[in-house]
Amino acid sequence: MLELSLQKQLHTAEGNTTLNLEFDVETGQFLTLFGPSGAGKTTCLRCIAGLTEPDRGRIVVGGEVWFDRNRGINVPPQKRRVGFVFQDYALFPNLSVRENLRIALSDSKDEPYVNELLDLMGIKELERRLPSTLSGGQQQRVALARALARRPRLLLLDEPLSALDGETRLRLQNEILGIHRHLHMTTLMVSHDFGEVYRLSDQVIVIEGGRTAARGRPAEVFGNRRISGKFQFTGEVLAIAPSDVVFTLSILIGNQVVQVIATAQELRDIRVGDTVMLVSKAFNPIVMKVDRNPGP
Amino acid sequence: MTYDWQPLILTLKLAAVTTAILILIGVPLGYWLAFGRFRLKAVVETLVAMPLVLPPSVLGFYFLLAFSPKNAFGRFLDATLGLRLVFSFEGLVVASVLFSLPFMVHPVQSGFQNLPRSLMEAAYTLGLSRWRTLIRILLPNIKPSLLAGTVISFAHTIGEFGVVLMMGGSIPGVTRVASIAIYDEVESLNYSAANFYAFVLFAVSFSILLAVFFINKRALRPL
Repeated sequence: MLELSLQKQLHTAEGNTTLNLEFDVETGQFLTLFGPSGAGKTTCLRCIAGLTEPDRGRIVVGGEVWFDRNRGINVPPQKRRVGFVFQDYALFPNLSVRENLRIALSDSKDEPYVNELLDLMGIKELERRLPSTLSGGQQQRVALARALARRPRLLLLDEPLSALDGETRLRLQNEILGIHRHLHMTTLMVSHDFGEVYRLSDQVIVIEGGRTAARGRPAEVFGNRRISGKFQFTGEVLAIAPSDVVFTLSILIGNQVVQVIATAQELRDIRVGDTVMLVSKAFNPIVMKVDRNPGP
Repeated sequence: MTYDWQPLILTLKLAAVTTAILILIGVPLGYWLAFGRFRLKAVVETLVAMPLVLPPSVLGFYFLLAFSPKNAFGRFLDATLGLRLVFSFEGLVVASVLFSLPFMVHPVQSGFQNLPRSLMEAAYTLGLSRWRTLIRILLPNIKPSLLAGTVISFAHTIGEFGVVLMMGGSIPGVTRVASIAIYDEVESLNYSAANFYAFVLFAVSFSILLAVFFINKRALRPL
């Protein structure tokens, strides 16, 4: 489906590196590009979409050559039929939700498809609203629907959920998964969130320093080095209160305050305001269902 | 006592024609300067901004030389297009357009530059041509800049004096705009007529600038 090999000089805050990637994606696959920021993940997506020109290389999608330096081919983004979801959504502020989708139709009579997408993303009742009046999660849904309105051959998601809070993020992950299964759209996502990569992708490519460091199913790739029998959190000490012979510590982890018991010895050089690491063995955690996955 | 309205009508006509032409020139030029990447961009930007600092009489003087039928360029215009730009209304329009150019180009250019880059890129990936992206996405989203540019160009043209005097002289009904009429009337000690023109110009300029402030206030509100 997608064959890619590209080289591109990157100018990042940490200095210059060369992005050097070579991979292919099968039809219907969900592939995630994973890695630290500045590794060139977004640049890779932009090269596929035609927004950035690689220095060298070749990009072929479904037998169509989109870019080939040696043959001087560089198809403009308008002709590449990709659905690109930007990190800032890039919804058109002057157009209503429905118009944002309609403008992407290649056949302007394809109104039923717009209705279908509005229904599919659950944004039908928002169709007359302007993007600025929507919440982050709603804007994200519109951006996704708009990217699909073009009937793309390839869906490109650039850290699509990074600006959302935890709960909305989880819900939208499920929706992306649902849509992917529903439409069998070949999808490339950029992410640096473990949970997201695990839940969504069939394949993950780890990019480090501009190169492919590993590739495979998420469980294979992260299996060895990331899964452990421990929970580990970093938090900030809010309060230390004595209770009998021990102390009660209030620690802020994310936006949750947790209370733990500590001995005087452990607290020797810990003060309020310190950043601490909280580690616990995961022998017997309580597992509770919160939400059903609305999969197929 | 009745006053001659002609200079005022001429002023408004000059401002309207100049502004209309400026919209047609300013939008492409602003787009080019905002998104184009070329070697001599700094030179073009400087040329566009020159009328901001140059005395109008300097500009008028060189226009007069350039467009005079006695010189090569003026002779060429006269011979090929039948256009004589000195001491004519068309000449005033050309001079005013160049003189007010930065007042249109600067707001438009910065309007384009302040739009998130991803809007344009999103439009391209959705299959919109450059032209459709400009018409449907970019221009509607810089409406406040466009309005500000239009209004300020109009107001600025109304207030022109030096360029107009150098290029057009003071031919009643042809080049004698209100600002020059005021000067003439004062020279002939006709203060009440001068006051009439001056007051109308003051009132018009005040209302226009007031409108600009309201537009800018609205522009500050999120879309």
